[in-house]
Amino acid sequence: MVECLTGKKVLMKGNYAIANAAVIAGCDCYFGYPITPQSEIGEFMSGKMQELGRAYVSAESELAAINMCIGACSTGKKAMTSSSSCAISLMQEGLSYATSDELPIVLISVMRGGPGLGNIFPSQGDYNQATIGGGDGDYKLIVLSPSNVQEAIDLTYKTFYLAHKYRNPAMLLADGLLGQMMEPVEFGKYPYAEIDNSSWALSGAKGRNPRIIRSYSPTEGPQCEHIRHLFDKYKQLEENEVMYEELYTDDADLLVLSFGSLSRNVKAAIKQLRDQGMKIGFFRPITLFPFPNKRLNELSRKVKKFLTIEVNMGQMVRDVRLAVNGNVPVEFYGKPVGSWPSVEDLQTAIERAMI
Amino acid sequence: METQVFKVPDSFKKDFKYTFCPGCDHGVAIRLVAEVMDELGIRENTIAATSIGCSVTIYDFLNIDAIEAPHGRALAVATGVKRATPDKFVFTYQGDGDFASIGLAESLHSALRGECLSSICINNTTYGMTGGQLGPTTLLGQVTTTSPTGRNVEYYGYPIKIAEHVALCDGTAFSARVSLDTIANIRKAKQAIKKAFEVQLNGLGFGFVEILSTCPTNWRMSPEKAHERVRNEMMPIFVPGIYKDITSKGNN
Amino acid sequence: MSRIVIDSEKCKACYLCVKECPKKLIKISDKTNKLGDRIVEFVDPEGVCLGCAMCANRCPDLAIREVYKG
Repeated sequence: MVECLTGKKVLMKGNYAIANAAVIAGCDCYFGYPITPQSEIGEFMSGKMQELGRAYVSAESELAAINMCIGACSTGKKAMTSSSSCAISLMQEGLSYATSDELPIVLISVMRGGPGLGNIFPSQGDYNQATIGGGDGDYKLIVLSPSNVQEAIDLTYKTFYLAHKYRNPAMLLADGLLGQMMEPVEFGKYPYAEIDNSSWALSGAKGRNPRIIRSYSPTEGPQCEHIRHLFDKYKQLEENEVMYEELYTDDADLLVLSFGSLSRNVKAAIKQLRDQGMKIGFFRPITLFPFPNKRLNELSRKVKKFLTIEVNMGQMVRDVRLAVNGNVPVEFYGKPVGSWPSVEDLQTAIERAMI
Repeated sequence: METQVFKVPDSFKKDFKYTFCPGCDHGVAIRLVAEVMDELGIRENTIAATSIGCSVTIYDFLNIDAIEAPHGRALAVATGVKRATPDKFVFTYQGDGDFASIGLAESLHSALRGECLSSICINNTTYGMTGGQLGPTTLLGQVTTTSPTGRNVEYYGYPIKIAEHVALCDGTAFSARVSLDTIANIRKAKQAIKKAFEVQLNGLGFGFVEILSTCPTNWRMSPEKAHERVRNEMMPIFVPGIYKDITSKGNN
Repeated sequence: MSRIVIDSEKCKACYLCVKECPKKLIKISDKTNKLGDRIVEFVDPEGVCLGCAMCANRCPDLAIREVYKG
């Protein structure tokens, strides 16, 4: 069992690192069901949470797990689940409810291949599942996308923080590669302020009126008002919480975009091409929702062309096209599932886009 | 000198008014829950996980904190509440469709885990809120809007005996089936609800009561005839009784 | 003398109490609820109510909201 280390460099697998970060972030309750390639998260939590006297349940399904999160979060406690692709599909109903219920569920999604059962190779095929979702109604999840294990730790902290700050489910969108690889990492203390939940959390109607957490109103007016309130929060997120990584954009003719761990290969390819004198910039959205629309629109007035690279058939590219709003052509390069394109393959694709 | 022998339980909200159809037994069942809450003094420490269907409206009437679960997930949500705050009294109030059809996995696994939760399930052999369709407890031969010539085994299979299934789970501390067709049975129902609540308070495990109830509207019967149907058609199949009680001698 | 208190706002005219009363003291009245159903009334001129509260236990709507035994 890995210890909850702070301030010491350790070599750790992505899934364990995410789980350990969640423990440090103060996760009170973990509910989960195994699925490759993220099962180590539940394995780690099963031991650690019991050791710390916190709640752990091996749920009978992902449906049950997300609903256990709904229950635990309704009391103001920090609750999380973790899963992957086809099993995140099972959680869509619960996520739609939790969003309307304004419950700060933390969900770790470690992408594998789809659709359906797909396979256990890495993939980025769940960008749409994360950012658009399959639940009913108007809602958004907060989605953060790490590119290395250290960032997965830091963004796990941030996922907890944003979920509670905005009272909205938040997802850390990792992939099978990130979950399974080992890197040297450091765990700092949880760097964010604790959010006071006492104004809404269920605790029993003692000395106050009863509180009901529910997703619906039987009449039109209050329901419209509630959804507008949700979208006010999404607007605040877009104004205050956008995160991205940007390189070489000052002189770039071509801006290459990617997200997640694939970005490391993309960055390596760009670096080599820049050494050959090619003016290529790099952009990586870290928050997939809120998406860096504003910055991309600014950049679309400076560069000549965008190229989005993903390990899927073109999902984030739609958001990029919406952001640039026709200012520049946005091309796509990708493959559906499996090993990340090599640096050489990426160089070829980028060079082709330069023409 | 007169003494008050009946009052509206304190656990109700002030000025509540049930929105159930005339003669619906939900009203009696919720009153019994409220009376037991009063007697055990647990209202202020209670969090309910509600369900989908007519039963969801319980939070409009009782003066308690509640979280509305998605359809069938009441006991998963309740598990989350209880694990997060073990000192709270947590219960679900569900219909048979919620508990034993769409939510059967969540229901039985909560019992199997021995969650210290209490669960009340209203069995009225139909989906009430959506207009009287065939549900998991619809009796063989029963005509519903989706079994127009009556429930036959060839197309629909068999109804589920919920209290017996729950009693089979090792984590269950108490499982009973009761009826509301007579005053004597209403009194027994209250005792069962109390027991299902007490096993949670004493940390013994899962407490469950299946309540045979009427749906006069969808059964297309007068409230009085509906109680006769409970007695004559439901009770021979869904036999009332205590199916498990680990606190009784012999431990069943 | 025993008596019951009926909340006429809550009576939905299911008439389960009419049958339940062992002394047959609950009658269908001429008064109607908002839906136009004739609600029940307590008629006990001879003061024979037992205060057994069977009516209140039967009423699904807590329309029989108080029972006093005297």
